[in-house]
Amino acid sequence: MASQPESNVGPDLPRPARRRRNLVLVAIAGGAAIGTFLAAALAVSIFERKNEARTPYVVTVPVDEDTTDPAVWGANWPSQYEGFMRTLEDGRTRYGGSSAIPKQKLDQDPWLRLMWAGYAFSIDYREARGHAYMLLDQEQTERVTQRPQPGACLHCHSSVIPAYRALGDGDVMEGFRKLCAMSYEEARNVTDEHGDLLINHPANCVDCHVPNTMELRVTRPAFIKGIAALMKKERGIDDYDVNRDATRQEMRTFSCAQCHVEYYFTPEEKLVTYPWSNGLKIEEIESYYDEIGFADWTHEVTGGKMLKAQHPEFELWSQGTHAKAGVSCADCHMPYKREGAMKVSDHHVRSPLLNASRSCQVCHNVPEDELLDRVHTIQDRTRSLLDRSAEALTATIESIAAAREAGAGEEELAEAIALQRRAQFRIDFVFSENSMGFHAPQETARVLAEAIDYARQGEIAARTVAPTLDRQPLPEPTVEGVTPTEEAPPGPYEHPVRQGRQPD
Amino acid sequence: MILANLGALGVLVALFVGMFVGMSAFTMTYGEGWSYFSKSSETCINCHIMDDHFDSWVKSSHGHVASCADCHLPHDKIHGLIAKADNGFFHSWAFTFQNFHEPIRIKQRNLTNLLNNCIDCHSDTVHEMLPTEPGGDMMSCVHCHAEVGHATWRRR
Repeated sequence: MASQPESNVGPDLPRPARRRRNLVLVAIAGGAAIGTFLAAALAVSIFERKNEARTPYVVTVPVDEDTTDPAVWGANWPSQYEGFMRTLEDGRTRYGGSSAIPKQKLDQDPWLRLMWAGYAFSIDYREARGHAYMLLDQEQTERVTQRPQPGACLHCHSSVIPAYRALGDGDVMEGFRKLCAMSYEEARNVTDEHGDLLINHPANCVDCHVPNTMELRVTRPAFIKGIAALMKKERGIDDYDVNRDATRQEMRTFSCAQCHVEYYFTPEEKLVTYPWSNGLKIEEIESYYDEIGFADWTHEVTGGKMLKAQHPEFELWSQGTHAKAGVSCADCHMPYKREGAMKVSDHHVRSPLLNASRSCQVCHNVPEDELLDRVHTIQDRTRSLLDRSAEALTATIESIAAAREAGAGEEELAEAIALQRRAQFRIDFVFSENSMGFHAPQETARVLAEAIDYARQGEIAARTVAPTLDRQPLPEPTVEGVTPTEEAPPGPYEHPVRQGRQPD
Repeated sequence: MILANLGALGVLVALFVGMFVGMSAFTMTYGEGWSYFSKSSETCINCHIMDDHFDSWVKSSHGHVASCADCHLPHDKIHGLIAKADNGFFHSWAFTFQNFHEPIRIKQRNLTNLLNNCIDCHSDTVHEMLPTEPGGDMMSCVHCHAEVGHATWRRR
């Protein structure tokens, strides 16, 4: 028994054989160790992914209705917070962008000064930057620094609901009324009982989400009232409550539509109001304004009572094919992104053109270049129609001015001025909307075609009054405040020279 | 006695090999690795990335008649196993290292498998339309019938 076999595994092997055997054993042990290491690493990775899918967020800091600082929410929802903060970044598309030195659109398109003659928009009108800048930039635009503005502006530019609640003794609607009527300065400096400022941040988390559950909601009084008026008209619903009755997919549009809309301030109270009780199409909005006899300002050159379109993204999108297909704002501007095993909507809100893969290609199984090319085709066509509309409107205004020069009276010019109002509102509606026609290409083309038609009709009407006079290029217009008051500094208007925004 | 015969190094090796086998078995079980040997469509949503694809398959016209494997893996055993190993490996790799394109895209070789599977079940209906020589150029079925397998994939 004790003879050969034992000697093969025992320590008494010849030296070289023993060394070879030991080497093999060490190699096996090393391989097993590395393998164990990798298997454990893989198990941990799987564990992490499983957990990510199980717990979408952990609330470490409780947030409530008064938490307007996005950084506090950021402790619980770091990914969304990071996205929101990335709206500080620069980015450009062919027709828009966010930049530290925003382009002065008045210099790029000088006809704007004539279109808005007498109105604060002809002082300073720049490209808008990302969401995180909205309060800072509002405080710095010369429309606000040089002209008196109402507190109503803060309705969208700030996280304003706690201030409404404080002013209205708990009643948001009442506080909304009070703050809108204040001056911008006064409203911006509203404090609580300890003397702390109530408005400190641009609109952020709490303005779209229920604290702690993160459920989507609408908070803006003007939208709550506006959408109720629209639903009464469109669906015959009498007591539409957007936070109760809207579907989740609708909320993914309505949260944005709280602010990305056409609006006006009521002349007396400066109450932010959305003109939707006749519908969302431009002629329905226009008819609403005509019915109440509203005008944003009086045109300095022609004396016409004019309308300034704000930024009717929601209204124009509603007329487009994406809206018909049930695609929401968030689907394109906040597409889902993956973080580990989690799906997170991207809070770096920006143009889908900067993120076409995750925005467009989720539905459009087409190469990215081709998609961008389609969008640019639409935008280039819109831009060329806009340029023609601008030429036509310039002709209208100059013809009216020439007719006045020739002694034409108000009555004779009434028709031409009414046509100027129609044409200008349509051009403004497209120009001020942030998509260069993409949100509803055919609707945009229709609106601009009507604008050109109205403008040329207006030109003819003015020339009929004073057929012998040629129209002349007009001098630089002067400017009144958006909210005309006696304190408004008088003209003449001087061209502002400013390179970018100065830090305060 | 046996331990003594193995020597200290041998014991250590045995221990390491044992740990490796044990750890691997644990990871395999914890990661639901055994399910990859089944034909269940639920296997494909082990890692959640395919949740949308699974949901849309359930609602599609093929949701009751064909599983993930029926459309996406070759129908003959050998090629089916190869495709399973191929996709299993690359999917695990991508999900572990998180470096894949989104929205996810089907690879050409998987698209070919898909096309062959359409024909495998529907050849009686479509044989008049097939190329005359094997492997000849033809239109992909899903170019037009894009929603048969994932009906509402574009609506989340």
